[in-house]
Amino acid sequence: MSLAALRHLDRRWIFLGVALLVIVPLLFSFHIAPVLPSNRSRGFYDAIEKLPEGSVVLLSGDYDPGTSAENYPMHLAAVRQLMRRNMRIIALALYPAGPPLTDQVLRIAGEEYHKTQGVDYVNLGYKVGNELVMSQMGQSIPNTFPVDNRGVAVNTIPVMKGIQNFQQIRLIVDISAGYPGTKEWVQQVVSRYHVPMVAGVTAVSAPEYYPYLQAGQLHGLLGGMAGAAEYEVLVGAPGLATRGMDAQSLAHVFIAFMIVLGNLAFIAGPKKGNGR
Amino acid sequence: MKREIPIVITLVAGLFMLLAWFVPHPTVKAAYEGLQNWAIVVVGFTYVLGVANLLRINTRQVSRKERDWPYKMVLIAGLLVTMVVGFSEGNHYTDVDSRFQWIYRTFYSPMTATMFSLLAFFIASAAFRAFRIRSVEALLLAIAAFILMIGRVPLGAAIHPAIPAAADWLMEIPQNAAKRGILIGAALGVMATGIRVILGLEKTYGGGDS
Amino acid sequence: MSLHPSHDIGIWIAALLTLGIFSFLYRDNPVYKFCEHLFVGISAGYYVVLTMISSVYPNLFVPLFSSFAKDYHWLLVVPLILGIMLFSRFFPRGDWLSRWPIAFVLGVYPALRITGFGQGDFVEQIHGTILPLWVPGSIGTSIGNILLVVGLVCTLIFFFFSKEHKGALGGTARLGIYFLMVSFGASYGYTVMARVSLLIGRVMFLLDDWLGALRF
Repeated sequence: MSLAALRHLDRRWIFLGVALLVIVPLLFSFHIAPVLPSNRSRGFYDAIEKLPEGSVVLLSGDYDPGTSAENYPMHLAAVRQLMRRNMRIIALALYPAGPPLTDQVLRIAGEEYHKTQGVDYVNLGYKVGNELVMSQMGQSIPNTFPVDNRGVAVNTIPVMKGIQNFQQIRLIVDISAGYPGTKEWVQQVVSRYHVPMVAGVTAVSAPEYYPYLQAGQLHGLLGGMAGAAEYEVLVGAPGLATRGMDAQSLAHVFIAFMIVLGNLAFIAGPKKGNGR
Repeated sequence: MKREIPIVITLVAGLFMLLAWFVPHPTVKAAYEGLQNWAIVVVGFTYVLGVANLLRINTRQVSRKERDWPYKMVLIAGLLVTMVVGFSEGNHYTDVDSRFQWIYRTFYSPMTATMFSLLAFFIASAAFRAFRIRSVEALLLAIAAFILMIGRVPLGAAIHPAIPAAADWLMEIPQNAAKRGILIGAALGVMATGIRVILGLEKTYGGGDS
Repeated sequence: MSLHPSHDIGIWIAALLTLGIFSFLYRDNPVYKFCEHLFVGISAGYYVVLTMISSVYPNLFVPLFSSFAKDYHWLLVVPLILGIMLFSRFFPRGDWLSRWPIAFVLGVYPALRITGFGQGDFVEQIHGTILPLWVPGSIGTSIGNILLVVGLVCTLIFFFFSKEHKGALGGTARLGIYFLMVSFGASYGYTVMARVSLLIGRVMFLLDDWLGALRF
């Protein structure tokens, strides 16, 4: 087959290539290269490490199963680090389908570190309103979330004792898939109440947050599954993200190769007009 | 009147929200909190309205036996069953072993995740068919994309440590400069549009002239 | 490698639905259409339940009906009426009433965004760009800071359309385009990363949770 003939390649062959390059490395772990944490992941990790034990941390799981492959591993690793450091965790979700994922990471890490729901952590669940919820929490967290995810009144939950608004929060950990998420937390809370924040975000949204990182509005940033893998290594609990890195690497090479091949086929093909 | 009252409501609500941001007086703060809670409730109702509309449109299509009507029945059945199960379980709908969570794990979660994952195939196909390097600008775009694709995964560091370093530099300097320009430009746009909406000058919002 | 398929009926249904949606990659077909419509229906039902139980019920119905006279809770009658007014859209003669609650929301959100974007994305981004252009002992940082400032100025000039892009202004805007192209390339690279990750997540589910075939 000539290069020019590739122009008429059925795209399903490309689909097959992607599928194989994801399935094969997952079936036969190659361990192509070790995962090396970047400064951004280290910033995320250090921001939690530097906090005094028992500090109140707000954990917002602003994603749903659509992006859980990227967000869930970082969410779980963050809860593990927070629980290892005995933080008081106030979790919530601004995506309707987020609370079950938050429940799951709190349950898994809670069992590992022998933490009790209501005493060491709480899941306030979902609240409709996007950035309005963040702004309202600045006035009163208990009035914004009168009950937790289970319907228990928050003023009866031990871990919520003394929590009024962002003045009692030492760090915001946001796991974000887009809107509402990191951008809105920075705009509505970090800029206004000056609460330190770290974010674990989907790769597609990560470049947008680099200006926040450089301006000091974020103290750390995990970008996509690769960022999650770096953070898993730092927390000392390699998991789903670390396991996915071989497939991720090979699929990237394949797509880069597709760009080159597509251009070669284009150059080799018949010219139309002035080519622009 | 039908036209003026909504404009007045937007103006009063918007100006008060702006005022309250700058005036931390306890009375103003209490009113601010109350107003925001009202908005949370109203936004909640808009979700219900959206779903009611979806139900209405699909029910009509089924009753008229329009194209793909059997699939619309599947949609309606899925919607009603999920709603009935969720509401019947009340506050226990979040329990891991509840039927509502079973629906979430078995149907909602895999389907939404798979829908998004389809994009991996289409981005690979688009890379082959549409990514043409025919100008300096496109070449810059391609170089940046290549460095990022290889430099952001462990393979990049294994090939050469300079690759992830180049990716870092690219993200922190030129990428950051352009993104910041976009952020500042968009912020100015959002602020200007916001003021126009509050002052009732943005005619595209709030419906027609009746 | 050996297979240990799941014995959980839920996992099997989830796996078959996953494959049903993947079948679209071959071509559009009835199985995909079935999954697609089921997905929309279940999502809509899920959202209504979540919104009502987690937001409307605790923030409106509980304070309004259980402590009407306390802390001005009776005022919550206003959002209740506004919420009900939204449904006037279903009645052609009364649909103008639905504009009131929409007008209210249209007042609140832009106000939040004006202050949020103003402080977070405008003031603090300019503040973050006020950098030393000469850092003693670190030529790399100095060059980086200069490029960051120059890149930002050029990008902003590219977005400035009040004057024709000619001469020095045109040259600067052209440089701005180059910075933007690098930025779009970086975004493309990250988008590839995101899409591939989501596929990895689904393949892990099929191989691990369903077939029990993943090697550790």
